Amino acid sequence: MSKLRSMHDAIADLVPDGASVALGLQMEQMIPFAAGHEIIRQQKRGLTLVGPISDTLFDQLIGAGCAEKVIAAWVGNVMMGSAYNFRRAVEEGGLKVVNLTNFAVALALQAGAMGVPFFPTRTARGSDTARGNEFFAEIESPFPLGRGESSREQEKLHAVRAITPDVTIVHVQRADREGNAHCWGNFGVMIEGIRAAKRVIVVAEEIVAAEVIASDPNRTVIPGFLVNAVVECAYGAHPSPVQGYYKRDDAFFRQYHEQTKTKQDSDAWLSRWVHGVTDRRAYMNQLGGCRVDDLGVKQHAYAAQADFGY
Amino acid sequence: MSTSSTTIAVTPSSRSYTLGELMVATAAREIHDGEVVFVGMRLPLIAFVVAKKTHAPSAVGLFENGVIRSTPAPELIYTMADPPNILGATQCLDMLGVMSLLQSGRVHLGFLGAAEVDRFGNLNSTEVRGPRGLTRLPGSGGACDIASLAHRFVVLLDHSKQRLPGRVSYMTSPGNGDGQGWRQRVGLPRGGPAAVITTKAVLRFDESGEAYLASLHPGVEAADVVANTGWPLRTSDSLSQTPAPSAEELRAIREYDKEGFWTT
Repeated sequence: MSKLRSMHDAIADLVPDGASVALGLQMEQMIPFAAGHEIIRQQKRGLTLVGPISDTLFDQLIGAGCAEKVIAAWVGNVMMGSAYNFRRAVEEGGLKVVNLTNFAVALALQAGAMGVPFFPTRTARGSDTARGNEFFAEIESPFPLGRGESSREQEKLHAVRAITPDVTIVHVQRADREGNAHCWGNFGVMIEGIRAAKRVIVVAEEIVAAEVIASDPNRTVIPGFLVNAVVECAYGAHPSPVQGYYKRDDAFFRQYHEQTKTKQDSDAWLSRWVHGVTDRRAYMNQLGGCRVDDLGVKQHAYAAQADFGY
Repeated sequence: MSTSSTTIAVTPSSRSYTLGELMVATAAREIHDGEVVFVGMRLPLIAFVVAKKTHAPSAVGLFENGVIRSTPAPELIYTMADPPNILGATQCLDMLGVMSLLQSGRVHLGFLGAAEVDRFGNLNSTEVRGPRGLTRLPGSGGACDIASLAHRFVVLLDHSKQRLPGRVSYMTSPGNGDGQGWRQRVGLPRGGPAAVITTKAVLRFDESGEAYLASLHPGVEAADVVANTGWPLRTSDSLSQTPAPSAEELRAIREYDKEGFWTT
């Protein structure tokens, strides 16, 4: 059954106000900016944003007033440092933030993916990051250390609370109509984020035949039965890179940093790049053909074929 | 070396290298050949490349997005997920995988930045509360994980009294806590700070867990470092000068960061 939807319909149906939304799970690659911009255009409110580091997407959603809470390890502009909407929202009050670490985000989603309430870890012991944090609890290992005399000593660990996002949105290179998807490059926490989610939106650069996905099952990161909607959206991750499709638009990240220092500037940026365009095609037209060409792959680097024959 | 007793302090701008290049070369030297390194963001991205191209060709780089590399990225990267850091990687998997290697003790060294580093090498990258109110920073990212779990970590930051307080206002990432034995007491399995590379000097840590001044960057006076540190900084008996970047190191830096994005 085809799950192909337009970006508008996928966001309208699957991202209700107040939802927890995991996105930007592949770190600085393949950030679903087009989906985020559609969330902004539809003026979703009261969202909880979940992700390890979001680069500038969380900052845009916060600046647009979509977010009530952020559960993340890092919010900023990776190349440039701080992101101003996030700073303003926290410093002036209003935005709730749960400070996690990257590993803790991965473990929380893994716990959600495995259907257990928490995952144990040694990270963040003694830190203020864990202190008074509803996502960390101190636990003792139920098993002895097994080192002679000290074997009765119980090891102190952290439990990291499970996260089960209402919806996870990921961007990948290609998917079939049922949502079976190939991705290559770095995955960050996307696999856990998909398995932990109640609903999944897959945004793909290209929709391909089911046979293409089935030809290389080791490259399949998402089985279609977990997917609620598949959206075809070329350049949907711009300005973040998609391996084999386009590189990172570094200048765009620099310009965002320069152009969003005040609330007024940020509103102008959102008017131009989000509200001022109806969809991704219009956004890319605004970016301009020359710039889009410059981002394209200059030298292909294909992997060796893998023989699945027998 | 000048034999004159009245050498004039030379400002970095008149040198044949920048302060950024000195810091990158100094950071690169913290990587020993054959080590597994958790690379991190910004300056360390290039320090890893320089180490690989000079004295540590067998070092392996782990990146928290899931990339493992045994060769330097073929061209300049601004983030660890830039396409050149994926091309030719040893492995591209997930964060849980590389973080698990970190937790199980397979990572020798990790690099970190921070807004504040204190007397015991604790780091703050979450928030600063000052006379002008709250300043919110981006947060831990993987810093707390690296500080908690690597065998040792190295910090890079600007040297000022504000950035080097006696005690961080928020401990995002654990250093030596309040001194010797603290890490073991709170349940951290290993590790701690090995060096703080600032814009003026290199600080190191002794058994007490407290930082001391180990080397001064060329042209910097010890009194200047002490005056710009937020606690009474001890000085090593064998205080040395941070070696200037070698021609080979400078070549590696400039071949890579051609426009000086990270190093000017």
